[in-house]
Amino acid sequence: MANDKIDHGRRKALTGSVAIVGGVGAVITAWPFISSMNPSASSLAAGAPVEVDVSKMQPGQQIQEIWRRKPVWIIRRTPEMVESLGELTPKLRDPESRDGQQPAFAQNEFRSIKKEYLVLIGICTHLGCAPEYRPEPGTISANWRGGFYCACHGSRFDLAGRVYKNVPANKNLEVPPYYFLSDGRILIGMTKEEAAA
Amino acid sequence: MSAEAGGLLGWIDARFPLSKMWRDHFAEYYAPKNFNFWYFFGSLALLVLIIQILSGIFLTMHYKPDAELAFASVEHIMRDVNWGWLIRYMHSTGASFFFIVVYLHMFRGLMYGSFKSPRELIWIFGMLIYVALMGEAFMGYLLPWGNMSYWGAQVIINLFNTIPYIGEAISEWIRGDFVISDATLNRFFALHVIAMPLALLALVVGHILALHEVGSNNPDGVEIKETKNADGIPVDSVPFHPYYTVKDIFGAIVFLAIFSVVVFFVPDMYGYFLEHANFDPANTLNTPDHIAPIWYFTPFYTVLRAIPNPFGGFVVMGLSIAVLFFLPWIDRNPIKSIRYRSFLFKVNLFIFAVTFIVLGYLGLNAVTPLYSQLALRFTELYFLFFIVLWTYSRAHGPVYWISSFVILLGGITLYDIFMNTSEYPALIWQTWSIPAVFLVITLLLPFLTNLAQEKEVPTRVTS
Repeated sequence: MANDKIDHGRRKALTGSVAIVGGVGAVITAWPFISSMNPSASSLAAGAPVEVDVSKMQPGQQIQEIWRRKPVWIIRRTPEMVESLGELTPKLRDPESRDGQQPAFAQNEFRSIKKEYLVLIGICTHLGCAPEYRPEPGTISANWRGGFYCACHGSRFDLAGRVYKNVPANKNLEVPPYYFLSDGRILIGMTKEEAAA
Repeated sequence: MSAEAGGLLGWIDARFPLSKMWRDHFAEYYAPKNFNFWYFFGSLALLVLIIQILSGIFLTMHYKPDAELAFASVEHIMRDVNWGWLIRYMHSTGASFFFIVVYLHMFRGLMYGSFKSPRELIWIFGMLIYVALMGEAFMGYLLPWGNMSYWGAQVIINLFNTIPYIGEAISEWIRGDFVISDATLNRFFALHVIAMPLALLALVVGHILALHEVGSNNPDGVEIKETKNADGIPVDSVPFHPYYTVKDIFGAIVFLAIFSVVVFFVPDMYGYFLEHANFDPANTLNTPDHIAPIWYFTPFYTVLRAIPNPFGGFVVMGLSIAVLFFLPWIDRNPIKSIRYRSFLFKVNLFIFAVTFIVLGYLGLNAVTPLYSQLALRFTELYFLFFIVLWTYSRAHGPVYWISSFVILLGGITLYDIFMNTSEYPALIWQTWSIPAVFLVITLLLPFLTNLAQEKEVPTRVTS
């Protein structure tokens, strides 16, 4: 090269364009790696519905099933339990279940299809611990009406899984999609509309 | 030693800067001659890192990162592998000792102003090491796949769920599933044994290179490079080797003696180093009665629980760690060492140390109405430490002190009136006195008394 003058403008343009093209390439290359950490196809597929026989449940009893590797509770509420739900409204954060924590069919005071049977995902909406079913009134505190208590951080829920005010959790317990196959059998993981479709 | 050696060393030196590195970082690295007890913990942290890497390599030879096999493979290490119990206890005890050493090392920095100009980057590298260490410890804790491993990880990863809109997608991405599962365990293993150790080693190299560039601070906070002899060597220094290599070897021996006592006689440290709920395998349906993180995370866990709003708690907890990064720009007082700072500075620092321990204690225990108020109060003290530190950067008049006092105590009081969710008003106002007394001492005494008086800093180190 006879010409030993340096063209700084040209050098800058080249450096800049290499940096931009290289940067775009780096971002595109990163994508498969980042995406590989998302739930895999097999995890997504592992969510088949579960059938449960509830006809032999005693009033007040809780049973536990697993759906999508999450605990699902079914509770057969006594008439007194159902009655108590209406009295708690002022103490609850979201008594009318406006917060989208349930399929449309469960957006009622009982948060269920039938008043008697409550179906919930047993994971605390605060940080994911497993709350305990504590139906006996007066156990957690003197004015405890029965419900679910999460010992991790002290969140409290009523017998419809509705969250109390002034506890760490700020959403009601989630109701999974489900429907009654017959009087005593529930299918968890699908609504009736989805099953018909 | 002359610059040019013959033989094998000379052959190497002509091709690789071996002797030069030895001279730069050991034989001719001049460190202040007045290091004290607190200066053991840097080299001890390096020692624990080596213990963790070595014991970790051998654990990896027997451990299986599979949800079906992990718990049993740890039992296999404990019972069947020759000396497996020893290697595992070294690793589990090492994790706790790592944090003990690092916390003392950081406290040394606070006492002697080791984070101040020109050492800000050393502090930042150190903070990055600390954060990486927390990540490393958290992921390592999942690997035994005990019930506490499982639910502890569940709670911490669900913290990301509290981020509005994108939280759920983030926590699913971290877990690789809808709940903690085999996918989570497998990736935590990969990050724990490859990604984080590599990052830690790189950061440690950065930390030490930055330190050796500017030189070590010392208990007097005096810059030894400002007084040099005819050879250009700081007068108040000694070469790192042999003086501090010998001192650090002594420290390492004492440390290893204490470490061995724990490894051999109380490896679980009564449930503090290895939580008892973790001797049961992970059970996706059964949360341990009381979930507490391992002790070194509990101060921040208390901060998280002190705020009733979940996302608010997550943000404030993040801030409690992030604020430490900014320390060099918060404490702008030119005096580095605690020896020459005011009595009130010492009070503030002492209360901060107590606060950190109380927060840690609260995080180990279940929430009661009293503890949840104390968590709030000590969280307030945690952050007030930094604000007071800022105000102690230089002298102020009474108006400044009184208005700072009114603003801070007013803010705390307003929070209590409008946002404190405790059902026991008496408890609110009783515990309110904790930050109130703290602010009276730290913000009103500076102009009411002469306790804010600072001392003359000598130009040379004192001993």
